[in-house]
Amino acid sequence: MSKVPPDLQYTRTHEWLRTLPDGTVEVGITDHAQHALGDLVFIEVPEQGRRVTPGQPFAVIESVKAASDVYAPVAGEVLQGNPALADAPEIVNTDPYGGGWLARLRPEGAPASLLSAAEYQKLTTEEGD
Amino acid sequence: MARRTPLFALHQAAGARIVDFGGWEMPLQYGSLLAEHHAVRRLAGVFDVSHMCIVDLQGAAARPFLLQLLANDVSRLTERGKALYSCLLNERGGIIDDLIVYYLGAQWFRAVLNAGTREKDLAWIRRHAEPFGVTVRERSDLAMLAVQGPEARARVAALLADAAAERALTLGAFYGTEIERWFISRTGYTGEDGFEIMLPAQDAEPLWQALIKAGVVPCGLGARDTLRLEAGMNLYGSDMDENTHPFESALAWTVALTPGRAFIGRASLETLRAGDNLRQLTGLVLAERGVLRAHQRVFVADGGEGEITSGTFSPTLERSIALARIPAAARDRLQVEVRGKLLAARVVKPPFVRHGKSVLDRADPPARL
Repeated sequence: MSKVPPDLQYTRTHEWLRTLPDGTVEVGITDHAQHALGDLVFIEVPEQGRRVTPGQPFAVIESVKAASDVYAPVAGEVLQGNPALADAPEIVNTDPYGGGWLARLRPEGAPASLLSAAEYQKLTTEEGD
Repeated sequence: MARRTPLFALHQAAGARIVDFGGWEMPLQYGSLLAEHHAVRRLAGVFDVSHMCIVDLQGAAARPFLLQLLANDVSRLTERGKALYSCLLNERGGIIDDLIVYYLGAQWFRAVLNAGTREKDLAWIRRHAEPFGVTVRERSDLAMLAVQGPEARARVAALLADAAAERALTLGAFYGTEIERWFISRTGYTGEDGFEIMLPAQDAEPLWQALIKAGVVPCGLGARDTLRLEAGMNLYGSDMDENTHPFESALAWTVALTPGRAFIGRASLETLRAGDNLRQLTGLVLAERGVLRAHQRVFVADGGEGEITSGTFSPTLERSIALARIPAAARDRLQVEVRGKLLAARVVKPPFVRHGKSVLDRADPPARL
């Protein structure tokens, strides 16, 4: 059973979002997603200053077998992509909710409708976690 | 209904991720694909390759039949147990499949064909065998395990009786021998030393379990693919098919244009040989960060184009490698369109890795840029 921390919000496309005290957000992919992808070997994080749109690809994650898009969970501006992932993409496998964060964003506009931990857990169970 | 090997239940119990491969439910990986890959490069891994199609060809005219059927020349097989790699060509010189054929006896050869091409291969072989009176018998009673890696032969030998172990360990490369009801050959698809073992289906599970107990790591098709690509070996259906011929598939070395031997596809190949050889299949190493994948477009300096036929991240080299079909004149540097960007790559002659070590020259840029 993959981990679903209760304090985060989730998307149906297996991203997570953590709201930080200053109102900015940290975004990554879930434990379920990293497990499904397998060993990650290349990650392209978004550049600082880029504007992202909910549901649009904003990062690329490649395992040995395949490349996958990561979708932005909210609208906003990229404050920073995680610089550690260029040399160590495997951090997303080993620590998807911590050191494996992909980007920090400053959200813009109305809050997006995201899944709670319980809702996401239900989704992955239905998908056969 | 997908087919399953005699080891399917074991794979499932081991928690393997199962995928469809040529109509077979096969293990893609048991845990970490990278760990399985490294186990084969550094120690030993075992693959269930029972989905492959084993065919016995028997009859007084078995040899003349194969002289006509195969692009490589079975008259090279003079010693029992010796193996030969060959293409099976159609009349146009297109590749129907690639195979290994073993010389087992005066009137007996054994071919090992790809799983995904089983039906068309058997139909083709049967059609051409008939006039020779050669019997074509699919050996679906046999399972097949590939044990590969620097420690593979020793780990297998340790499970055999002394006399059998001696015979297995003295096999030369690309030779096989029958040991009781098993056929053990020093062949593989990883670029490492090792054995492939064809054995009665009921013997497969005890052997698999014994190997794992001996520290051999179970490996799936995922690692099999990264290993063979590092070793510069073609995958049928990706790097070659009926619309490509051996000369543009890096397989000219397997076409034996022995004077007087009329094999299927020869006339077409000789026409090609007389003309310009327009395309080559060769290796690429990505000089930037990213991963090369099949079907990405390749652009060469003079305006020519090509296509990647297999690409991956190389776990041994820690950078991306590929096989690509590109204009024959292309050399050195070119560009590949990777997810909308043009990335620099270098043309290299495969293999990329041999016996656990990189064979790229030392001047290559560091692994992760």
